[in-house]
Amino acid sequence: MIEFRMPSLGADMEAGTLVEWVKKPGDPVARGDIIAVVDTEKGAIEIEVFDAGVIESTVVEPGAKVPVGTLLAVIRAPGEGPGAPAAGAAASAAAPQPPSAAAPSPAAAIVTRARVSPAARKRAGELQVDVGAIEASGPDGSITVADVERAAARRRAPAAPADRATSMRGAIGAAMARAKREIPHLYLTTTVDLSRSLAWLTAENQRRAVADRLLPVVLFIKAAARACVEVPAVNGFWTESGFTAGAGVHIGCAIALRGGGLVAPALHDVDRKPLDVLARELADLVKRARAGGLRSSEMSDATITVTNLGDLGVESAYAIIHPPQVAILAVGRVVERPWVAEGRIEPRSVVSMSVSADHRATDGREAGLFLAAIDRALQAPESL
Amino acid sequence: MASPPADRVTYREAVREAIREALLRDPRVFLMGEDVGRYGGAYAVSKGLLAEFGPERIRDTPLSESTFVGAGIGAALGGTRPIVEVMTVNFSLLALDQIVNNAATIRHMSGGGFSVPLVIRMATGAGRQLAAQHAHSLEGWFAHVPGLRIVTPATIEDARGMLWTALENPDPVLIFEHQALYNLEGELPAGAGAVDIDRAAVRRPGRDVTLVTYGGTLVKTLAAAETLAGENIHAEVIDLRTLRPLDMDTVLASVRKTRRVVVVDEGWRSGSLAGEILARIAESAFYDLDAPVRRVCSAEVPIPYPKHLEDAALPQPAAVVEAVRALVPAGAAA
Repeated sequence: MIEFRMPSLGADMEAGTLVEWVKKPGDPVARGDIIAVVDTEKGAIEIEVFDAGVIESTVVEPGAKVPVGTLLAVIRAPGEGPGAPAAGAAASAAAPQPPSAAAPSPAAAIVTRARVSPAARKRAGELQVDVGAIEASGPDGSITVADVERAAARRRAPAAPADRATSMRGAIGAAMARAKREIPHLYLTTTVDLSRSLAWLTAENQRRAVADRLLPVVLFIKAAARACVEVPAVNGFWTESGFTAGAGVHIGCAIALRGGGLVAPALHDVDRKPLDVLARELADLVKRARAGGLRSSEMSDATITVTNLGDLGVESAYAIIHPPQVAILAVGRVVERPWVAEGRIEPRSVVSMSVSADHRATDGREAGLFLAAIDRALQAPESL
Repeated sequence: MASPPADRVTYREAVREAIREALLRDPRVFLMGEDVGRYGGAYAVSKGLLAEFGPERIRDTPLSESTFVGAGIGAALGGTRPIVEVMTVNFSLLALDQIVNNAATIRHMSGGGFSVPLVIRMATGAGRQLAAQHAHSLEGWFAHVPGLRIVTPATIEDARGMLWTALENPDPVLIFEHQALYNLEGELPAGAGAVDIDRAAVRRPGRDVTLVTYGGTLVKTLAAAETLAGENIHAEVIDLRTLRPLDMDTVLASVRKTRRVVVVDEGWRSGSLAGEILARIAESAFYDLDAPVRRVCSAEVPIPYPKHLEDAALPQPAAVVEAVRALVPAGAAA
């Protein structure tokens, strides 16, 4: 039996509320499948499962808030027989025939589909209430407008947006205080000449449809990923046992949320993906971060973070490392400056980049190499 | 009669007064039908009119619906304003060819050249132990036919006012008077006259459910609404008044407000007018509905003679109350 526990979706998470089970007892799961949705200070996150098997039982009911590490469900590994008829092996009750273990699930799905009156469905859309989690009072157990409005009122009361913003602020504050307290930060900064990158980008974008155009930030993220491959000392985690290099280059992208707050979900294996794919994935990540719907792996496995403050007009910044990572790259605004190139003063588009690195894991030399590697990568944009 | 402030009159008297007024106002108006003269009408509606207006204008006819309805059509084409009384809707089937194939079609088939300004009055519905051949509610059948206008006065005021409005209409109008209403008593304001027959009326405002009805079931529906009010369920009662053309604007506005609807119709459920109304609600206000649509209709049997069976076959207030209770969550009305 595999124990599926409440994951930690970042250093600032202590507990999560189980919103819904996406899978139920009897459902087969494969690695990477979404098994549940958990609400954290950072919004609703889709939780992935890391093992293949069949859900044996779920332990926690939707609505319960449990600490990180709490047992949520038990998964039967492939080849394992059904569990002893102990606690909560409810799935098998419906079907006495063992061979068709998966058969009862579609029927069950039909039975449990909520009856929602057309007016209630419309109202739920207006109020953005999830009709799946509403108590029904209408004829034949249907959900009515009144039920939707009651649910909306309840939702407004305890978990108002302001409330979420406050708790999110608290969570970020706790993580950052820990970072400042525990991590000896070192800061290095450089200014990168972007002429080649932007010229290449302009030419590239002229060939593209408007929707497919690349933004400079995609180049920055890709360049940072390349640099991580060259300087693995900045890409990984600091734990009690010391530094562990990241298994891949998963770049956390700091995304400001509407109504305040910040998340930094990961783009996975950035060093190995073409710019097109990255641009698409980044747009998707931003959309999901703001609408809810981030995945647990995205929340927990970034190996380094890139924060781009340029679009706010900030020229340069020194960021705080997001534990347990060991470095963060802060990118400023692209500005035109007089630049000395080949003995002449020329107007050039440049950008300020700073790296904050954990001095326990690395030192100025490696952080400097990291910045230099980014600069080099941005001078050869066509190879990114 | 229509003297000082308000008179207490019966539905029967209101219809009679409407006919009197029409006869007095327009020399082209005359009444014809079985027993309308010397006998005073099967429901005593035209009692006394023969003495007052004479046999030229109050005409007894033979027992031949096809003939005298056809004669009425001819007379209307010839420039008069006939009021034809058909004793009950069951008998009108003998004149169905005249009504559906002639009265309803002549304007269309003559390219607008001729119109048939004919009014046919007939009794409809059950509740007086007249048994199956005298007690059916077939107005929905006529409401199916383009070219006809179907009105169903359910109140004293409409019984008094709809006839004159109908006589002013250039096309055939069928007035269905529910036989159980003739003894209904109520106030008729002094000077009550022609009424609008284009619009349905909200007879009782409410917020929780819309009860759509017409004719003889209005009284029962209002009684049901009263009972429901005692349970803090506030029903809005709509009297259709005109079955063709249907005033769906009024019905839809109400349904959009209450989000629930029950149609109360003495017709049989299968192929009923109630079905048509609910279909139109589903077509136009589906996303405003908060519960399935419901209807209370007559049992699908020929209306029985014995009182207890007749009562059991007809829509009763208790059935309406029950239908509403199934739609409106207890205590959750809002």
